[in-house]
Amino acid sequence: MTTMNPATTTVARPTLPGLRRFARRYAANRLALGATVVLGLIVLASVLAPVLAPYEPEQIDVLNRLAGPSPEHLLGTDSLGRDTLSRLLYAGRVSLAAAALAVVVATVIGVPLGLVAGYAGGWVDWLLGRVADVLMTFPAIVLAIALIAATGPGLTNAMIALGIVYAPRLFRVVRGSTLAIRQETYVEASISIGTPARSIMARHILPNALSPLLVQISLTLAAALLAEAALSLLGLGVVPPTPSWGNLLGRGFTEIRSTPLLVWFPGIAIALATISFNLIGDGLRDALGREVRKGD
Amino acid sequence: MLALLLRRLAFTIPLLLVVSFLIYALIVLVPGDPAVALAGQNPSPAQIAAVRAELGLDDPFLVQYWHWLSSALQGDLGVSLFSSESVTSAILARLPTTLSLAFVSLTMAAVLGIAVGTLAGLKPGTWIDRVATVSASFGVAMPYFWVGMILVLLLAINVPILPAVGYEPLGNGLWGWLSHLLIPASALAIAPAAVIARQTRAALVEVMSQDYIRTANAKGLPRFRVVAKHALKNSSVPVVTVFGIEANRLIGGTVVIEQLFALPGVGQLAYQSVFARDFPLVQGVLLATATMILLINLLVDVSYGYFNPRIRQA
Repeated sequence: MTTMNPATTTVARPTLPGLRRFARRYAANRLALGATVVLGLIVLASVLAPVLAPYEPEQIDVLNRLAGPSPEHLLGTDSLGRDTLSRLLYAGRVSLAAAALAVVVATVIGVPLGLVAGYAGGWVDWLLGRVADVLMTFPAIVLAIALIAATGPGLTNAMIALGIVYAPRLFRVVRGSTLAIRQETYVEASISIGTPARSIMARHILPNALSPLLVQISLTLAAALLAEAALSLLGLGVVPPTPSWGNLLGRGFTEIRSTPLLVWFPGIAIALATISFNLIGDGLRDALGREVRKGD
Repeated sequence: MLALLLRRLAFTIPLLLVVSFLIYALIVLVPGDPAVALAGQNPSPAQIAAVRAELGLDDPFLVQYWHWLSSALQGDLGVSLFSSESVTSAILARLPTTLSLAFVSLTMAAVLGIAVGTLAGLKPGTWIDRVATVSASFGVAMPYFWVGMILVLLLAINVPILPAVGYEPLGNGLWGWLSHLLIPASALAIAPAAVIARQTRAALVEVMSQDYIRTANAKGLPRFRVVAKHALKNSSVPVVTVFGIEANRLIGGTVVIEQLFALPGVGQLAYQSVFARDFPLVQGVLLATATMILLINLLVDVSYGYFNPRIRQA
């Protein structure tokens, strides 16, 4: 190893060649690339639901109840004669937004606390770590329904509950990276010239902890989407008549003998979205991961 | 081994105490006066007073918690607000269903996951490995409740060989019990099987490149013994770890699956109690769930000592 010249020890920010290398690695992962395209289409279709949907989601066609696919109703209708395609598109907005909201709540709680725990160490770290341990004792869905038991059902309560449930995941990832980055020379240097802790965390630590955080956010989005669907399926999340993929699936299950298509479509939508988030998370991990980078 | 068990217990018991406190403290989150909120729709003053008395809401919070905890330690978790049934007996009556579901599903996950992971890990880079790896990536993220519905469609409606919903206790015959569990257990087994397969593969690839495997091969041990006795046992620590994590997630899944498939278990009880906002029942079920999960984690930690003797001394 050559002698370290402090002037050339650059901060490991994502530089342009770094970004390009990341893009090349990510694009080489065909599964992740495919997942990105699929997810992009799902998000686009959901955002454009008011333009794309042939009917209003609550519009009832009494003569065509539980109908199969036809030119008027491309994916058929439900037991009230509502158009499945339109409901699916509108449900996508609700389900994706719900998952995003849960992850935003988890990020807002988990990331700052993770930075503080990793940076301050000592009893602060110990205490926050034990709180995370306790929260992670419960399965996500059990903790979420426990919080819903206290606050009552509904989309907002369900998503805040899920956000709290997933916060320890993000906390742990950020705390781990912060612990490692805090030892770096440039952080020591910054401390020694008297930079306030807050700007060190914001300017030096957080940017360098972003990669593992992004991976975890992607995986958490998949988990939140699944959990939201499960809660809405049970009637504890998004409450009808607002459609969400979860409550469409729950309603569809009651008609499974006569109209199995009502179970296939929302299920496929949930599966495609969760699998995509997961594959994207895996792809990000491989493209950003240190183990892989060593051999590059 | 005993020292390891005691060390883990010393960690688990305080954790369970904190968890019990948080479970009890949930009631603080109920908006407004909990006695009014929890007494059901349009409660009479007498009903509100009854709820207040049952929950001990007039005492200071820590006193309430102490009463609840000390009774819980003696096996008394209070009485349901609506059915006047003892919470402890409600949970105990439903425990066998949930344990059956968890047992069948974890067994399926372990067998399938270890088999697929071993096949892939012994031949890394081949098409078998690629198929296994890609299937695992999909399996991890599959909506388990949807998989259950599709299995109902295929195996109970299109080709009616299994019952769609319901439960039959083991006492009424092995096949009746198993046939009611096969679909819900398969649904719950997919994700853990995928995670176990990934973990087995990764650990096996690592272990198979070790010197002692080369030695075992060189001294002419049959391939099966090398893999089963030397490689798999040494790959099992990470596999057992994910088994513990997955058991936790699976117990969460039972809440959804039991409700969906009308299985009268603790998960369904959790759902029903939350829906009715029957707080003594909610708290009891949560405490039982947490205890179950901490016990599983304890067993997992202690089993490390068996699979890797070096941990016993650590």
